Amino acid sequence: MHSAKVDFYDRDIVSMRDLTRKDIEYLMDLAETMIPYARGDRVNHSLKGKILGNLFFEPSTRTRFSFESAAHRLGIDVIDVSQISETSIAKGETFADTIRMVDAYCDVIALRHHHEGAARLAANVSENPVINAGDGAGSHPTQTLLDLFTMKRSKGLIDGLNVVIVGDLKYGRTVHFLADALTMFGAKLTFVSPESLQMPRDIVDDIRKKGYDPYQTSNLNEVIDEADVLYVTRIQKERFPDPSEYKKISSIYRINNQNLREAKSDLIIMHPLPRIDEIALEIDRTPHAKYFEQAFNGIPMRMALLYSILGGEM
Amino acid sequence: MEDIKIAPIRNGTVIDHIKKGQALNVLKILGINENTVGPTITLAMHVHTKKDPSGWKDIVKMEDKELNFRTADKISLIAPNATIAIIRDYYVAKKYTVRIGDHIKGLVNCSNPNCITNVGEPVEPEFDIVSHDPPVLRCTYCERYTTNISENLL
Ligand SMILES: Nc1ncnc2c1ncn2[C@@H]1O[C@H](COP(=O)(O)OP(=O)(O)OP(=O)(O)O)[C@@H](O)[C@H]1O
Ligand SMILES: [Mg+2]
Ligand SMILES: [Zn+2]
Repeated sequence: MHSAKVDFYDRDIVSMRDLTRKDIEYLMDLAETMIPYARGDRVNHSLKGKILGNLFFEPSTRTRFSFESAAHRLGIDVIDVSQISETSIAKGETFADTIRMVDAYCDVIALRHHHEGAARLAANVSENPVINAGDGAGSHPTQTLLDLFTMKRSKGLIDGLNVVIVGDLKYGRTVHFLADALTMFGAKLTFVSPESLQMPRDIVDDIRKKGYDPYQTSNLNEVIDEADVLYVTRIQKERFPDPSEYKKISSIYRINNQNLREAKSDLIIMHPLPRIDEIALEIDRTPHAKYFEQAFNGIPMRMALLYSILGGEM
Repeated sequence: MEDIKIAPIRNGTVIDHIKKGQALNVLKILGINENTVGPTITLAMHVHTKKDPSGWKDIVKMEDKELNFRTADKISLIAPNATIAIIRDYYVAKKYTVRIGDHIKGLVNCSNPNCITNVGEPVEPEFDIVSHDPPVLRCTYCERYTTNISENLL
């Protein structure tokens, strides 16, 4: 079953806010058809001759290589122009000018930047499309899309899923956008975090305005039995002035077989990676573990984006 | 008579029904300061009114200056119910309620210091107006909310 054709040709991917449910469904369907190509079982190089420019003002090797791999699978050449960021900053060039120049070197730009809103500005000044690969504490739409895609692949449908998001919900930027996007699909949300790391008020308010009422608690045990998806995020040491407090909190929220006793047998566990010790290694061997598949899913999803933006052909 | 505190003016502009406490910010929006002030400006703060649920309003009257309505729209950011009356020869010649669309450009800075519009790039801040009263603006760039309008006026 395929969603209606959506025209992504030449479109920027800046924020989840720009995407409708129909857009996202289209991208998830396209990503599904990309899977054999993402694995190298099939080959489609219809975009040969196109160039992706990776412009990373901030190191993020995973996202960068994921874009690179996705591009190569489609025959797209990749140039990493990230070094330009160092010389342009040193020379006092504006970001807008840097973008205009990089724009001339490639057909699509994947941008990571430390300032929120940088991707929107880049999209405005660039002739070629820009894909936001994360801007500051701002949006990171390709991560959100691959997260949604992972749920859809594992569960068939996102609608009505009980999604429990656990960990640092205050600073963890991926979960803000994920939570917002999940409401578009009518998923039921539960936020589990220590008091000091709760989901920010305005994010919760936005969700409420859409007619949903996320359940918030600091007790994972209370909600684990109902969960269809457990989305785990990292709790960073830096957030705690007191190291012993960090130790205590991080051990309370560590996922292991013990605290999954009450969980549904088809619960899936996701994590944006890298994990430190939020998820015990013993979980890796269970059918719950989806985080490595989730990382793989970034490839077909980014392929779907590049393919539809650059106009690939099957 | 609510406005008895201010003497009538012959020609000029009256900005009435300003949300209480915002009269100074209205002057700021109008660009009035020690260098630009010309003819007399009278301002009344915390004046009784029945028209606002709070029971209070501010008023600004400027002699010999007819405010252009487009400029006046900026005022609605901090005083969504303000009225502008153009006075000619002691009579109200035109009256207008401030109005602003659902998108603004270049009036207010984004309150997020890490926003790309706040780091020296050649770009004007832009917002979608999420709510008029109380004012809530969503930055077109970083998508964060700005609510403390008066502290961020450009
Ligand atoms: N000659 C004048 N000098 C100074 N202020 C004036 C003059 N004429 C009118 N105003 C003021 O201008 C505003 C608009 O005048 P208008 O006659 O429409 O007032 P109103 O009937 O009280 O209406 P509302 O309060 O609903 O705006 C009022 O605040 C009024 O006091
Ligand atoms: Mg009156
Ligand atoms: Zn902003």
